[in-house]
Amino acid sequence: MAEGTIFLQSTNFIDACYIVAFGMFIYGMSGLTGPRTAVRGNLIAATGMALAFIATLLTPHVLSGSSTPWLIALGLVIGTAIGIPAARRVHMTAMPQMVALFNGVGGGATALIAWIEYRHHFGGDFPLKTEIPSLFAAVIGSVSFWGSNIAFGKLQAILPGQPIKLPLQAVINLGLFAVALVSAIILAAGTHSQALFILGILLVAAVLGNMVVLPIGGADMPVVISLLNAFTGLSAAATGVALNNTALIVAGMIVGASGTILTNLMAKAMNRSVPAIVAGGFGGEIAAPAGGDTDRGPVTSTTADDVAIQLSYARQVVIAPGYGMAVAQAQYAVRDLEKALEDRGVRVLFAIHPVAGRMPGHMNVLLAESQVPYELLKEMDEVNPEFSRTDVTLVIGANDVTNPAAKNEPGSPIYGMPILEVDKSQSVIVLKRSMASGFAGIDNPLFYEPQTSMLFGDAKQSVSEVTAAVAAL
Amino acid sequence: MSTITEIAILVLAAFVGFEVISKVPNTLHTPLMSGTNAIHGIVLLGGLLLMHEAHGILEHLLLVIAITFGTINVIGGFFVTDRMLEMFKRKPEPEESAEADE
Repeated sequence: MAEGTIFLQSTNFIDACYIVAFGMFIYGMSGLTGPRTAVRGNLIAATGMALAFIATLLTPHVLSGSSTPWLIALGLVIGTAIGIPAARRVHMTAMPQMVALFNGVGGGATALIAWIEYRHHFGGDFPLKTEIPSLFAAVIGSVSFWGSNIAFGKLQAILPGQPIKLPLQAVINLGLFAVALVSAIILAAGTHSQALFILGILLVAAVLGNMVVLPIGGADMPVVISLLNAFTGLSAAATGVALNNTALIVAGMIVGASGTILTNLMAKAMNRSVPAIVAGGFGGEIAAPAGGDTDRGPVTSTTADDVAIQLSYARQVVIAPGYGMAVAQAQYAVRDLEKALEDRGVRVLFAIHPVAGRMPGHMNVLLAESQVPYELLKEMDEVNPEFSRTDVTLVIGANDVTNPAAKNEPGSPIYGMPILEVDKSQSVIVLKRSMASGFAGIDNPLFYEPQTSMLFGDAKQSVSEVTAAVAAL
Repeated sequence: MSTITEIAILVLAAFVGFEVISKVPNTLHTPLMSGTNAIHGIVLLGGLLLMHEAHGILEHLLLVIAITFGTINVIGGFFVTDRMLEMFKRKPEPEESAEADE
């Protein structure tokens, strides 16, 4: 018995567990390359996590001390009690905020751990090899925690979704970053007031996190969430280096890689650079969009019955959903409409812009929830050639991603952004609450095109009315 | 473990991460985010490793918070990812359960 315990607690055994664990992370993530293997992939990754967790508990001394096991248990119980209900209850439409929140607590945990690690070395020997990654984790973890919380607040509409801008924003942010960096260097060089300095660094990073995300508006959220995700991953990897834990290093780097890839994909889909987005959203530029005030002519308004007739006699219909569909929770209504049209022999496709919604893949999740077959979901490059062959395109709560100004008006703030070329289809029906412009505040010339008609009202209700009218035909 | 070994692991993990993740299709980007999100909750282990060395109420409190945060991140992340992926998985089958699930 005793020998068995010693074996289980030996460094070799524990290291072996970590290696198996990170192998399972990688294998699990590679399962995400297809919808069919994805559930199993996620389970494998979760099992790897459980293994790494058990291995850590087996590490000698980890459970030593009379209160240690209880305190660990306390954290685990509270965390589970919060995490599971949150994960079970959250609506698919609220997924971006949920991801932001989970990301934030992860960043917060990293920053706190780095802080404690630092406190343990006050006045004593602190090898640079441990100190530098700890400082990195403290700064980035703190930025990620506060940034994610602000993102959550904006997505949950606790904070205004429009960009909040301060004068000299970029200069202040750079200044803050410089302060954090210099403080970190002073700390690493050795100073007598370490306790104050590390607190100062955490505070500066907190302010920086707030300042970076506050000026970012809703449509840039997919980029920001991905970026913060990458940050938390990198800070976890840094914690791994500080604590000599291979499972942490590998797991953190995988997340860092995934966050970076997504950030770049999203930024590319908006034709903007990541620094430009972080430096501030579209918000500041809308004051004088070139030709923004030109009279674009009248807008044609239509009714659900007319839309139903148009759709029913079409050969091909493309549905282009956007954040408005999520807000109105219209995904089930949209699925019903798609079924009704399919029953009448109409070919229906869904056009998914990479940055439609508030996080990468947001529309796909909503449509998957309402059971739209994923073969019908077409990515931008795939669906754009289809529009010229499409009789009716239904734009549901999408605005900027369909805005032809991105192609035709060099003065437009979104000029150059790849869009869904819905204006090439025979007719376009835009479902919209009112004529208010989208997040970017940019007028959408699409609404004034002769082939476009507008169906005003709540997206869910409008779609349901159309579906009823289609069924009645 | 030597610093060099750790940095080597770090660099290799970054490349493997890039390779694996760049094959994930757009459709699954949200579950990918929440899944990788759950994985970085692994910092929770850092909290476990440090708890027995903690001194004073402040450090214990901070570590309990860190472990709580990490647990929310891991458990919540994997749960919500599983929920999402189940929706993608059942797709190819006929949709009898569609109404029942609402």
